[in-house]
Amino acid sequence: MNSITLLLILVASLLALSSLITYVMQKRSSKDLTELRSRVRSWWVMAAIFFSMILAGKAAALILLATISYLALKEYFTMIPIRQVDRRIIFWSYLAIVPQFWWAYIEWYEMFIIWIPVYVFLLLPFRQVLTGRTDGFVESTGKVQWGLMLFVFSISHLAFLYTLPERNGATGVEMLLFLVVLTELNDIFQYLFGKRFGKRRIVPTVSPNKSVEGFAGAVAVTPIAAAALGFLTPFTLFETLFAGLIIAVAGFIGDVVVSMIKRDVGIKDSGTLIPGHGGILDRIDSLTYTAPLFFHYVYYLYY
Amino acid sequence: MTPKQLFFSLLVRPSLMLLSGIRVKGREHLALTGPAIIVANHNSHLDTMALLSLFELNRIDRVRPVAAGDYFLATPLKKFISEKLIGILPVDRKKIRKTGSKHPLHHLSEALERGEILIIFPEGSRGAPGEIKPFKRGFAHLAKAHPNVPVIPVKIRGTDRALPKDEALWVPFIIDIRVENPYYFEGDVRDFTKKIEELFHDDR
Repeated sequence: MNSITLLLILVASLLALSSLITYVMQKRSSKDLTELRSRVRSWWVMAAIFFSMILAGKAAALILLATISYLALKEYFTMIPIRQVDRRIIFWSYLAIVPQFWWAYIEWYEMFIIWIPVYVFLLLPFRQVLTGRTDGFVESTGKVQWGLMLFVFSISHLAFLYTLPERNGATGVEMLLFLVVLTELNDIFQYLFGKRFGKRRIVPTVSPNKSVEGFAGAVAVTPIAAAALGFLTPFTLFETLFAGLIIAVAGFIGDVVVSMIKRDVGIKDSGTLIPGHGGILDRIDSLTYTAPLFFHYVYYLYY
Repeated sequence: MTPKQLFFSLLVRPSLMLLSGIRVKGREHLALTGPAIIVANHNSHLDTMALLSLFELNRIDRVRPVAAGDYFLATPLKKFISEKLIGILPVDRKKIRKTGSKHPLHHLSEALERGEILIIFPEGSRGAPGEIKPFKRGFAHLAKAHPNVPVIPVKIRGTDRALPKDEALWVPFIIDIRVENPYYFEGDVRDFTKKIEELFHDDR
């Protein structure tokens, strides 16, 4: 059987199992599980959109990823306080998304890897000069560049991963699916271990729901899940386990880093786009860290 | 389909979805069949568009923004957009005195009697970003004349970032809309205006 078909069957079975479990839980318990059940339903919808677009070819896949970047950046800019004149550089920063994904599409790695950290980084302060507003310059340039780095530059590594040529029988698409499925699984492992065994808070001021036990459980189990999905990668067993470890640790850090923004501006969820999950930021937070780190791990080992 | 329905389904809604995205809380308060007075804060032309797009297409023709006739009917193009595509009910800001036997807001009363939903921006015109100007009392006079018609306060946030007054560049920001519980007229016009106005100064 083809490895992507196998993955689709695995994901569909996991989703079906979660639907079944939450359904039975609701039958047996008097507690209101609407939130949990709508979260599971949203997983179905997200998986359907994600897999159909990613598997519909390069253009469709990259359009999906660019759209995710755009929605995330929009949520971020809506959330943070800005000056009125910042509308100008924010507009320019949105425009930077299209070339970033275009470089990935035409597989121009050198440009892809410096476009936002070098060219956009140098251009945005110049646009600030043209507005003439000096007060708050450093702060606002920092905010905008950081948002671009996290939600466009980082996320666009998924796009470049997609385009990577085949190694040891594994294609870029398969590696992309490996990374995304494992990152989301790691989030779920953290949540489940936290629910079951959570006692000690790991970062109490940032994420009161995150526990040491949840983190440790995911760090233990995610590499095993990675090994089980190893058929999607060119890795040796040791390399696969290490990839799982990178994803577990980086996924956690991405999650809490994005939570820092919400704590800073004093809101709980970044949005209501995905029922039961909050906004796009709440769903891709871990990917902002796992995507570039996993990409460079693969790139170093095989390209 | 009416021109207004086409305009909203083909142009306004898709652009709002792509360029801004609207998050609504309390949408259930808008699920009404009869007349209503929607009272909202006003910082952008997008306010009207966003509010109208909250209604299903089969009701949208019955939702009428109350707007300044001296501005929105000034040129043939503005007149076409305002009347045919948005369906405003014009009020003349200069001649808001009683002429003859008819009340100046007479045609608004008639609209309510026809079961239409009025959108009123009591600040009178668009304010600077984040600003809420003092409310005028027109909507309260109307509510007093129609004590059974609900007054629904709607707070809008984010349109002042996306497309502020005196700017032509629409920059993507999410629009947050919060629909409050309906109110019915009580007390006198001044107090009722104040009561509704104060809602808009809560948590924002």
